Amino acid sequence: MPTQQQKNQHLLRRAGFGPAASQWDDVQRRSTAELWSALKKDSAAAPTYLNVLDEELLSTFRSPALLRGYDEAGRKRVAAKNRVALRDINLRWLREMSESRAQLREKMAFFWHGHFPTYTLNINNAQLLLHVLRTHALGNFRTLLTQVSQSAAMMLYLNAQQNRKGHPNENFAREVMELFTLGRGNYTEKDIQEAARAFTGWRVEADGSFGFKDSEHDGSSKTIFGKTGAWKGEDVLGFLLDRRETAVHLTRKLYKFLVSDTPSEPRVQQLADVFYKSGYEISALLDAIFTAPWFYETELLGARIKSPIELLAGIRRTIPLTLENEEYYLLLQRVLGQTLFYPPNVAGWPGGRTWIDSTTLPARMRLPGLLREVSAGAASGDGPVNVVNTVFSNAKPRPLGKGTVINTRIDWTAHLKRFDGVKREDLTAAISESLLAIPLQVPASLVTGSADAGTRESFLRTATLQVMALPEYQLC
Amino acid sequence: MLIKRRSFLQATSLATASLFVPKFLKAFEAPRFVPPGNKVVVMLQLTGGNDGLNTVVPVRNDLYYKARPTLALAREKTLAIGDEAGLHPALTAFADAWNDGSLGIVNAVGYPEPDRSHFRSMDIWQSASDSSEFVNTGWIGRYLDTQAPKGGRPTQALEFDDALSLAMKGAQMNGLALRDPAQLASLTGDRFLKETVLQHTDHHHEQAEYLYKTLSATLSGAEQIVKNARLRAGSAAYPNSAMGKSLKTIASLICSDIDTRVYYLSHGGFDTHIGQELLHQRALKEMNDAVGAFVKDLKAAGRFDDVLLVGFSEFGRRVEQNASKGTDHGSANSLFLLGGGLKQKGMINAMPDLADLDKGDVRFKVDFRQVYATLLNKWLGADDKAVLGESFAHLKFI
Repeated sequence: MPTQQQKNQHLLRRAGFGPAASQWDDVQRRSTAELWSALKKDSAAAPTYLNVLDEELLSTFRSPALLRGYDEAGRKRVAAKNRVALRDINLRWLREMSESRAQLREKMAFFWHGHFPTYTLNINNAQLLLHVLRTHALGNFRTLLTQVSQSAAMMLYLNAQQNRKGHPNENFAREVMELFTLGRGNYTEKDIQEAARAFTGWRVEADGSFGFKDSEHDGSSKTIFGKTGAWKGEDVLGFLLDRRETAVHLTRKLYKFLVSDTPSEPRVQQLADVFYKSGYEISALLDAIFTAPWFYETELLGARIKSPIELLAGIRRTIPLTLENEEYYLLLQRVLGQTLFYPPNVAGWPGGRTWIDSTTLPARMRLPGLLREVSAGAASGDGPVNVVNTVFSNAKPRPLGKGTVINTRIDWTAHLKRFDGVKREDLTAAISESLLAIPLQVPASLVTGSADAGTRESFLRTATLQVMALPEYQLC
Repeated sequence: MLIKRRSFLQATSLATASLFVPKFLKAFEAPRFVPPGNKVVVMLQLTGGNDGLNTVVPVRNDLYYKARPTLALAREKTLAIGDEAGLHPALTAFADAWNDGSLGIVNAVGYPEPDRSHFRSMDIWQSASDSSEFVNTGWIGRYLDTQAPKGGRPTQALEFDDALSLAMKGAQMNGLALRDPAQLASLTGDRFLKETVLQHTDHHHEQAEYLYKTLSATLSGAEQIVKNARLRAGSAAYPNSAMGKSLKTIASLICSDIDTRVYYLSHGGFDTHIGQELLHQRALKEMNDAVGAFVKDLKAAGRFDDVLLVGFSEFGRRVEQNASKGTDHGSANSLFLLGGGLKQKGMINAMPDLADLDKGDVRFKVDFRQVYATLLNKWLGADDKAVLGESFAHLKFI
């Protein structure tokens, strides 16, 4: 039977990015019901808009014609700013995931980010879509689906503007059915072809807002899922939601993301019913999951392999990091196989055991050892890593080779405090219990023996990093 | 007396022992010493759906030109291969291979009930499943499963990529994924990783076991790869592209004593819905230049006859061009075979029949699993029926 501490840690790791070290009291004293209530409350307010663009960049995105007035040097400057913005939006959101109190919202927005993958170099569009995901992460899926489908980022990614009357482009129609709603096998090729015609006329205005051009729209009759009419795009989205398969497909994906890499089909069906009957209210589905007694059973502890983003954000919540060169976050994402705003393809990240192989597992295990603590104001040993060009492209990045060192300050205060009063010989066990979802899979002496026993504090720090380097730390 | 090195090495357990190569044997590491006969497959996956009709162009077929008023390649622009076809102008190395009898082209390769979704069709090709089946293992992983003892060693199948493809995942064994050997070298010297594996106590937690097993296989495999990739001196000039670097490493490993039988790499950029001309040119050129260097290198090393490079895509593209100067997803496609050991060369079967299409797409004439069965049985000496789940008629190109 899991202890109260284990259940609470489990909830925070699944409904967020893991307990912050400062939440230690909560983890020890509160009931899971109280913690769940607090998670919802902390995510109730509307999110602030995350913006990394300055006035100049923003205006060039909104009015691309402005760039014509720039000279060569000006255009180069804007292009360079653009690359910086690409980096910054990634870092900004990663920081939000690591530091925000609205853990449930950021975790669910992260889910939707993987469910609705896009890739764009237009950071304004990327920001707008991110805001849609964060605003509706816990709301209604119908609203979320519509707003995402009509976002500039998604429309451009799936060629909505190439889809015109008389010359349909099926890309969006196919992916919205296969990936975003019904799932495979629940539609025919004919449904896709007809739906593509219904989606014609959709366009992206210069400032990124949604527009409709009647002259491009194929207004004639279409037959989709056996229903004939002069359907428009919004009608098709409605049809997709009417079908229960959509609820099942989404629920199964969310189950894998929140509960276990190997879904229980009966539970998925039961939860899908809840979701469907609620009219696709995401919060209803989440309530059903996080208040279910089975959610807290032993077999689900450590049933998931953390995604790279969960790993990074989780480490930062335990021991807040201030890297001298934040571009290392990008390099780490790339090496571990998941970069925010850069999905491998429109199906997103498959997750589960696919995160783990002969390259990524050693990289995860060595991550804590790369951190080198420097005091505030110490001279910077490293120049800028300048990974943006390799990270946001298909070029292979340089590996985390020998000699890679990530200079950082680490705020140990809150983390160390939780071990006050714990006897020295019990420290390794206490650290393991607070960081791991399952028991240590190696003798405690391996951890104790590799730690720096000089002082109690040095022991705590190094043993913590050692536990974070174990394979079992990859599970949550 | 010279012991046949390869059989000597295979007889010893490579899993934990570090190989000590006596200095006197190093003198025999000239390329030609590596005994011939150890056949190797290099699977080159062209990701995104390569447009076969603009790759192996049916230069005498009016229907092709009619269907692609602006996208079709004029005969004069192509590299003639026989009377009926021309290669895309970027494929100079492939044209050379055609001329010296080391290129085979199988046309209209696909499967029944084709799927036009990238992920689904790629999963079908990689798992060798039927179109309606969902299989969680890949054909190369299952090949590893059938290798004695206890399902082979992970180094027998190597993939050059960030993540391990489904193709490489078996029921018990996985192949190894690596980006390059330099990265692996830093692993083998890591004491903490070694100790973690050595001191692991089995607690029967399934996910944890998966992680520890992966770690253990990684460390032992890494040792083998690093050792063998280093043995050969710098070889022919390869282009600086991702594919160039991977093929260079593969060539080095082929010329070494490593027990790898299958190499897997992928090359993207083929999903040419919009503005196909430039994108396709770029993707094909990168492939051509890397493969050209690879062929030259293997020939110089005397290993070209033992290597079979197979170039394939998850589907071809529609015969008609679309409204965006590109093409949309199709189904059956041509497949390349490149190597010195081909028994059948050139056009192995008839070019696609553009007068008898399946709703605008080329009809498949050869099931891709026949190609796999042929490779498994005749090149890798494996039980193709056990790997593929049923018997597929073998082809005669090897």
